[in-house]
Order: sequence, then C-alpha cells, then structure tokens
Amino acid sequence: MSRFVERHPAWALISIIAIAIMLWLIFATWPPGLEQAVGRKRVFLNAVFNGITLGGLYFLVASGFTLIFGLMRNVNLAHGSLYLFGGYVGYAISASTGSWVLSFIAAFILTALVGVLLQVIVFRRMEGQDLRQTMVTIGLSIVFADLMLWACGGDFYQIQTPNWLIGPVELPLITAIKSSGEPVYLRYPSVRLVIFAASVVIGVAMWLALNRTRIGMIIRAGVDDRDILAATGVRIQLVFVLVFAFGAGLAGIAGVVGGTFQSLSPGEDIRFLLASLVVVIVGGMGSIPGAALGALIIGLAEQLGSVYIPTYAIVVTFLIMVLVLAIRPQGLLAGR
Amino acid sequence: MSLAHDAHVAVRPTAVAQRPTRTWPEVNNPAAWIVAVILLIMPLIASGFFLIEIFASTLILGTIALSLMFLAGYGGMVSLMQLTIAGFSAYMVAVFGVSGNANISLGWPWWLAVPMALALATAFGTLGGALAVRTEGIYTIMITLAIGAAFYYFTNQNWAIFNGHTGINTVATPHFWGVNWRADIPFYYIVLAVAALCYFAVEYLSRAPFGLALQGVRDNPRRMAALGFNVNAHRVAAYAFASFVAALAGVLQVWNYRQISPGSVSVGACIDVLIIAVVGGITRPIGPFIGALIFVLLRTFALDFLVRIGLDGNRFRLLIGLGFLAIVFWSSDGVIGLWQRWRQRQRPRTDRPGGGRGHG
Repeated sequence: MSRFVERHPAWALISIIAIAIMLWLIFATWPPGLEQAVGRKRVFLNAVFNGITLGGLYFLVASGFTLIFGLMRNVNLAHGSLYLFGGYVGYAISASTGSWVLSFIAAFILTALVGVLLQVIVFRRMEGQDLRQTMVTIGLSIVFADLMLWACGGDFYQIQTPNWLIGPVELPLITAIKSSGEPVYLRYPSVRLVIFAASVVIGVAMWLALNRTRIGMIIRAGVDDRDILAATGVRIQLVFVLVFAFGAGLAGIAGVVGGTFQSLSPGEDIRFLLASLVVVIVGGMGSIPGAALGALIIGLAEQLGSVYIPTYAIVVTFLIMVLVLAIRPQGLLAGR
Repeated sequence: MSLAHDAHVAVRPTAVAQRPTRTWPEVNNPAAWIVAVILLIMPLIASGFFLIEIFASTLILGTIALSLMFLAGYGGMVSLMQLTIAGFSAYMVAVFGVSGNANISLGWPWWLAVPMALALATAFGTLGGALAVRTEGIYTIMITLAIGAAFYYFTNQNWAIFNGHTGINTVATPHFWGVNWRADIPFYYIVLAVAALCYFAVEYLSRAPFGLALQGVRDNPRRMAALGFNVNAHRVAAYAFASFVAALAGVLQVWNYRQISPGSVSVGACIDVLIIAVVGGITRPIGPFIGALIFVLLRTFALDFLVRIGLDGNRFRLLIGLGFLAIVFWSSDGVIGLWQRWRQRQRPRTDRPGGGRGHG
C-alpha cells in the first residue's frame, strides 16, 4: 500500500479523494441543494448497497474463474454454465427439501463434481494448449446451455428465501430528516446483507488459505511456474483437479445466491460469464484481490448507472473496462 | 512464451512450398472452376427458398466468418466480435437509411447510408481491435467477447438509437436502374459478388507483403519487432481490414432480412461465427464458406431430421455444440483438415508432410 502511494502519488490522491467523497455521500445528511440536483438520498443509498451486494455475487463467480485461469491458464468460458447449473441444482434441492443451507451444499458438491469431470476427462488431454481448451469450453457452454434448457425449460425460477431472512433490517444510516426533526433510517433486505457478509467471509478465507497454508503455497507456486512446481515432486494433476473443483463449486454457490437475489433463466449463464470476464479484466487476471476490487467496481457502476443513466448503464461498465485496458492492460491488481 | 507459441494457428511450411509461383492457386484447380460455374448458374438450378435461405445465407455468414478466419488464421487473433461489427453496420444502414421506424431512421438514400455504415463499422472494429491488441493471445477472446456482449446488452437497453429489443423493422432495400435488387436473383448475384470479392481480397492479402508480415507477427512477434516491423500496427490494420469485410456482410444481412434486432447480435450468434470458422477450418479462406454451408444446412434441416429419427426437434444447438466439440477434439483445422488427411491417406507418398497438427 505504502509502495503504491510512493510510486503513484497522483493516482493515490485521486483514489483517496474518490473514497472520501463516497464516504461523505453515504454517511452525511445531504444538503437540500444536492437532493434537488441528484435526487433522493434513499435512492442513492439503495443503489450503492445494491451495487455492493451485487459486487459480492460477482466476486463469488469471478473468483473461481480467476483462480482456474491463474493456475491452469484455462479461460473457462463454460463458467457461466456452471453458475446456472448450480442455481438449478439449488432450486431443485430447496424446492424439494425446503432447506436453503442444504441447497448451497448440494450445489457446491455437484458443480465441483462437474468441474472434476471436466478437468479429468477433457482438459487434462490438452494441457498447455490454451486456445484449444478455450474453444472446448465454448463448445461445452453451448452443450450445457441446451441440456439445461431441455431439462428445465425456459421458465424463470426463484429460490425461496428462508423465513428467518425475510424482511428488511434497519441500518444506522440516515436517509433523510423528517419535518418533525426525526431522522429516517435506511431499511435494507437482510438476506442481501447476509449474502454479502458470506461472500466477504469466503473471500477472506480464500485469501488466508492462499497466503497462509501449505496448499495455498503450492497453488501460488503453480501460478508462478507450474513446470518447476511439478519438477519438485508436487502432484500437480491433483492440485489442478482440486482447484478446478473448488472454482467450479464457487460458481455453483454463486448460482444459488443469484437464484435467491434475482432469478434463474436461460441467458443468465451468458450474463454472468460477461460479468466475470469484465471483473477479471478490470481487476487483473489470476488475482483474488483483483477479482474483489473489480467486482466491487463493476457492481457499483452497474447499479448506479442503471439508476442515474438507465439506457446507457452497460456503457459505463464497458467504459471502465476500456479505461483499464488503456491505462493498465494487465488489470488493476495483477502481479505482472 | 507458451502463450505466443500456442496462440498462432497452423503453421504449414509445406503448404507454402507447394505453390512456388505467385499465381492464384485457383487457376490450376479444376474443382475451383467447377464450384465457380455452379455458383454462377445457381439461379437456374435452385429456386427462391434454396437460393436465398441456403446459398445467400451461406455466403453472407461465410463472409463474416471469413473476416474471423483472416484474423485467426493469418494474425493469430481469435476475435469473437466479428458478428458484432456486422451487426453494427446493419444497424447503421437501418438508422441512416429508410425503415419502418421513421422516428429513428434518418431516411438517407442507400448510396449515402451504406458508405456511412461501412465507415462507422470499420472505425468501430478498428477501435475494438486497438483495444484487443493491448493484450495477447488468449486474452483477445475474452476482450472481444466482452465487447460483443456489451454491444448486445446495449442494443437491448437503448431505445433512442437502436429501438430496444424490438429492433428496426422493414428496412428499405435498393431499387435503381429499374431493378429491385432485393428480388431473389439480383440479390443472390450481389451477395455472390461481395463474397467473391472478399474471398479474393483475403487470398491476395495473404500473399501480399502485408499478409506475409502479419503471418510473421503471428508466428513470432518478438522477432518481427526486432526486424523493425511495428507489430501492433500490423495487428490493428488486420482488424481494420477484417472489420470492413464484416461490415460489408452486415449490410447484406440487413438487406436480406429487412430488419435488425438485438437477437441478431446476441452472444450466441457471435459464437456461431467462431464455430462456422473453426468447423470449416481457419487455415484457408475457403474454410469459413464450407463451415457456413454446413451450419446453414444443419440450421435449416436439423429440425426435420431430428424429428424423423425420433428425437426432439429443438435440440439443434446441442447438435451444433457436439459437432463443434468433435471438430475441436479431432481435427484442429476443421473439415478441410479432415479432407486433406483423407486424401493423403488415399495416395501414400514417401514425402508426406508429417505432424502438421496446428494448434491442436
């Protein structure tokens, strides 16, 4: 952090100012002039919270994508299909047993199994041929999409939110002051906050596992140079299978989350594939903190954009990607 | 380094050695003459439905895939946004020209709207290419896919220019010299002329100094940079040319269907273009047209065929996906590669070029 400030004082200043303005906008009571110019603070706060929680969801999808890419150089364009598959599995389990938590476990295990099968049957045969692997994932995504359309139809599904999470929770953030002088606090759906907290926990756990454990050390070494790692006697194929299973499982969990938050339908796979592509391009390929930062930026941009400039919201997301590519082609937090 | 090595497609030193003279390779090939004659007299053989729905569609899709083949085969850059460029050009024809949505279309005559659309689409593709060349190899796919998907969602959301998810309908087609150029037979000849022009342009460019330098950039960018070639300028120029080819096909496409909507530029359609090029083979310009013919035939007849053998007729995309997987698994240069290998096996020779498996 301090090295970043030393090396790029201008960028550090700009980001500090941006963060400060953001914090002021969130915590301060807005003066009437600002409310007239921009709109109600409640709308803004809701958009920010939606953006942050959406960022949590994007992080869940993109972290698996970036982990697989970082270690195996495999651009898994079937990642969106894994997301949708996890969502459908979660829906089936939650509809039949009524247990929300169980649907997460089932979705994780089943998508992880699909990941293991993909790695063992398909990708191991064409190791080191990046382009061909990517083509195969494109073919697989088409096949999966059609199989899921066959099995589940074109309907919209939504996973039932458990009873203990239904309803809003009051946050200590003032949205407005009533004429009687009584402050109005922001009310926000608790399920979204829980999901966001869970994605933060998963992110921190992943960071700790990568940086503080032995298996994490092996994975980091593999990201840097997998040939040397294999030469030191590590069973690299086992590591590949485990990482692929974990990344796929994360996509499955994200599918359940997305199915609770929003809905599941054919086409969502492409949407989340695009989201993870953009997140990973912005944040930096193969970097977990990069995926977190990218997911936050893209989630916020998408939600704020859809509130304030509805017909051009996607352009904002895209412009961010263009800007990052123009200034820092390797992504904001990429190692190299 | 492994990236740079892997990203390029097939390097076939033997294929270059086979044509020592710098003439058109088609001139001495009887099969090429037969195909050309058949294509020219096609209106005598095929009637309206086959002429437009099968052959004109094949040529249009093949031209879009040809632009991808040029980038992927000679430049080593697999771009998934070629259909997006074609779609952009189609939208521009609809926006600048005459259409049923009078509040959007500016009502320019076709001879003004088409050059405008071509110029804008080429600029759009060149800008996208300039972005994509900032990273290498496998990243190109990700960035161009992101561009294509962003354009799709944008056309869906934007009502001011692109008229949202309904798109722009009843786009006018050119009438001049007393001929309705959208009538089946004149339209077929326009499509054939454009496709042939693009085909020979690609064929020519691949042997012109620019194309040779581009292939050098594909095989070893570092060495080409050391020789004094501007690597990125060559790549961006390749994108510009490919964008122009795709834009031409886009104009034909909007004239063919007389409407354009976000469904025509969806991510699935972008990927279809890649499938067409890969299934046909991305080592030769003829590959995309073969791939397009297979694709269009499957798209048109798979439903009947699947129903006839007792399966659900809606599983067309499953068939396409499985076919694509099979090609990627077993033949890295598509149907042409299969054909060549089969011919080599037919006439055993001692000097058979061995081990020419491309990126597979």
